[in-house]
Amino acid sequence: MSEQDYLKDISEIKNLMNRSSRFISLSGLSGIFAGLYALAGAAFAYWLVDNSGREYLILDGKVFRLVMLDLFLIAVFSIGTAIYLTTKKARKEGVKMWDSSTRRLLINFLIPLVAGGIYILIILNQSKYGQTGALMLIFYGLALINASKYTVGNIRYLGLVQIILGLICAIYPGYGFWLWVLGFGVMHIVYGTMMYIKERKK
Amino acid sequence: MGIIDNINKLFDHRIRLGIMSILVVNDNADFNRLKELLNVTDGNLASHLKALEKEAYILVEKQFIGRKPNTSYSATKLGKAEFKKHINALEKLIRKK
Repeated sequence: MSEQDYLKDISEIKNLMNRSSRFISLSGLSGIFAGLYALAGAAFAYWLVDNSGREYLILDGKVFRLVMLDLFLIAVFSIGTAIYLTTKKARKEGVKMWDSSTRRLLINFLIPLVAGGIYILIILNQSKYGQTGALMLIFYGLALINASKYTVGNIRYLGLVQIILGLICAIYPGYGFWLWVLGFGVMHIVYGTMMYIKERKK
Repeated sequence: MGIIDNINKLFDHRIRLGIMSILVVNDNADFNRLKELLNVTDGNLASHLKALEKEAYILVEKQFIGRKPNTSYSATKLGKAEFKKHINALEKLIRKK
């Protein structure tokens, strides 16, 4: 075999290793959209609480239920957009969307996320609201870091940033809302834009 | 000449090298997954898998998922070690030039 053949071998090995074990990266645009939904949702929640006549949220109020619905919608829209755009990207690149690497990515992403979500619901039921923002950020960050082993791209760093914001949020729960906006809104947009520019360059 | 010694003849084939590449980074893979990733025919893949199995580089596990038979492959310790040696040898060869 000539040197050219060996080089070809190496690149083939790398390619197969990546393709077989890592999910293709989420499209950068989906990050930008997730951030925009989060900002819009946060603005709506701010408006709601501002007009409720109280300065804080209480459980079982109408406002609280609306905020929960608001959060739920942000999640649904973000996930929906991510699936749609990533499917489109996968089709364009001619790779399969649903295979074992996608499944592995999703499962590993969902474990910390679902555990955190249930935990938050439990402590909300115990009337402990103060740490909700911090917990959302921390568990989301952990979910991203856990998923990062199974995808290309740098969601690991996004996860680290979310955890740091979450910890700051735990110290200053009064700024919870703004840190949440920073983490779920601004950070997604920053990350999505970086990814988008990188995709364009290719 | 020590470098050439480490070039493994068994890996001198694109498909066998491909199988090993997939199995060193995945705990296991079944026949269809390998076929899909490597883009080869059943018979072709089977014969290369057999060759690797004979050298005990890979482990074959047959089982039933529901009613369907499913064959799952994983790399053995020996297989992983040999693959690593081969890659190192390739790297050295290229770097030496």
